[in-house]
Amino acid sequence: MAQEQKQPRKSDDTEETTQVAPESDVAERKDAMDDDVDAILDEIDEVLESNAEDFVKSFIQKGGE
Amino acid sequence: MSVRRVMGTEIEYGISVQGQPTANPMVASSQVVNAYASATVRARRARWDFEEESPLRDARGFDMARQVADPSQLTDEDLGLANVILTNGARLYVDHAHPEYSTPEVITPLDIVRWDKAGEQVMLDAARLAHQLPGSPSIALYKNNTDNKGASYGAHENYLMRRSTPFADIVRHLTPFFVSRQVFCGAGRVGKGQDGRGTGFQISQRADFFEVEVGLETTLKRPIINTRDEPHADPEKYRRLHVIIGDANLSEIATYLKVGTTSLVLAMIEDRFISPDLTVRTPVAALRAVSHDPGLAHQVTLTDGRTLTGIQLQMEYLDLAKKYVEDRYGADADAQTIDVLARWEDVLNRLETDPMSLSDQLDWVAKLKLIEQYRSRDGLDWDDAKLQLIDLQYSDIRPDKGLYHRLVKAGRIQRLLTDGEVDAAMTNPPEETRAYFRGRCLEKYAPDIAAASWDSVIFDLPGRESLQRVPTIDPLRGSKAHVGELIDNCETAEALVRALSR
Repeated sequence: MAQEQKQPRKSDDTEETTQVAPESDVAERKDAMDDDVDAILDEIDEVLESNAEDFVKSFIQKGGE
Repeated sequence: MSVRRVMGTEIEYGISVQGQPTANPMVASSQVVNAYASATVRARRARWDFEEESPLRDARGFDMARQVADPSQLTDEDLGLANVILTNGARLYVDHAHPEYSTPEVITPLDIVRWDKAGEQVMLDAARLAHQLPGSPSIALYKNNTDNKGASYGAHENYLMRRSTPFADIVRHLTPFFVSRQVFCGAGRVGKGQDGRGTGFQISQRADFFEVEVGLETTLKRPIINTRDEPHADPEKYRRLHVIIGDANLSEIATYLKVGTTSLVLAMIEDRFISPDLTVRTPVAALRAVSHDPGLAHQVTLTDGRTLTGIQLQMEYLDLAKKYVEDRYGADADAQTIDVLARWEDVLNRLETDPMSLSDQLDWVAKLKLIEQYRSRDGLDWDDAKLQLIDLQYSDIRPDKGLYHRLVKAGRIQRLLTDGEVDAAMTNPPEETRAYFRGRCLEKYAPDIAAASWDSVIFDLPGRESLQRVPTIDPLRGSKAHVGELIDNCETAEALVRALSR
């Protein structure tokens, strides 16, 4: 019994330790990802046609094929 | 067969004259094609040999002076005729109101990607050259399929198939495949319905434009399976399956998988390997429903009562294809067939578990991810014009403006080829098909070629009364192995034609 009770505690411990590291990892990765997203959106902001509504409206095609 | 077969694509590009929304698109398309022809096609410009015009005397009646005229002088003429053959064996022309590029005939999916991407570069150069003419406005080209206002234009695929395969088998086994393959080869679209008034994101550009299951039309009442039958090869032996349901892809991997998996499914149909009946109830409605659910959860109903998602339907085909390749080739399967199977499986698994992990591989996922990022940063509603702009500008082929190109440049989209490989395919023909003969002849004997087409090259030799037509009816003859050395050794077209008629 004693051993059986120990086992889960042990795994709890490991879970705890394994959980701590990834959490900060994830947070760091999320920060990095947010920076990444901002970087690409900033870059795309610069090349997007300026008046979205007019531009989209004036893109008129004839059917093809 | 495997993923290998004779095939090609034809892409119509969206076109807009900057600052002139009412400009005539046929004129602009002609300017683009003619500018490229004038700048790159040396000497006389060979005409496209329309089969209807096959009597040689007609061909001889062409007014060659018109071909060398400056493009600006041609605007009042029959604009639909702007039509050139390139040294890579491709055809560049005006179809309806769009510039169009047809790849040369190739035999592998990767070569489809190579010459399809080369077509984008040809179009890019063509638009730049057209802009250089005095007084010409800037013309932008888009590799997409709709203006979101009711018009659609095509990105067709062509597959050479055995004539002996019953067409009914093709319809039965290919329809469920076409209903579902969009989950990896859709290009993504903001807007629903043909006029795009419905809000939200859908997987495919084209799904809403398909109205019937089988038919000959391509411009209205578009069918999932098109029955156009011009084999451009021996009609006793072959048919050309003309596939009109695909989206134009920017992603190299999407194009590669689209063509590779389709070719494999056709091989299974030809070999009567598909026994399960995967027939979908109301396939036209199913096609749209799958497209309208980027969450990938929509279940289509089969006639046997089963319900499957688009991904699951694709997995049925994947399992069959794996068995088929194992059964027919075992360890001898060629590298691209093995690669297509592995990528197909990986992509389907990821779509099932973590679709956003494919934002560096698939067009619709890359586009959706970008749009979601904008929505979350700027709080944009689905009807915000900016989201439609992102959809449209994703397909702008200019490297500085096109969002696909910006993502590639930022290392966010994987490629299969290098810029150098694509650039080489702008001028060099594939080596395994008759496109090699066509392309090399155009490159070496241009002044003596009156016309050419998929199935012939027509020479107009000095001192000869009649034109000399060299038929190229077999797509696999005229390859480098067949004629490479001969062309290398013949300094003149006269010498080549003499050698060929011996």
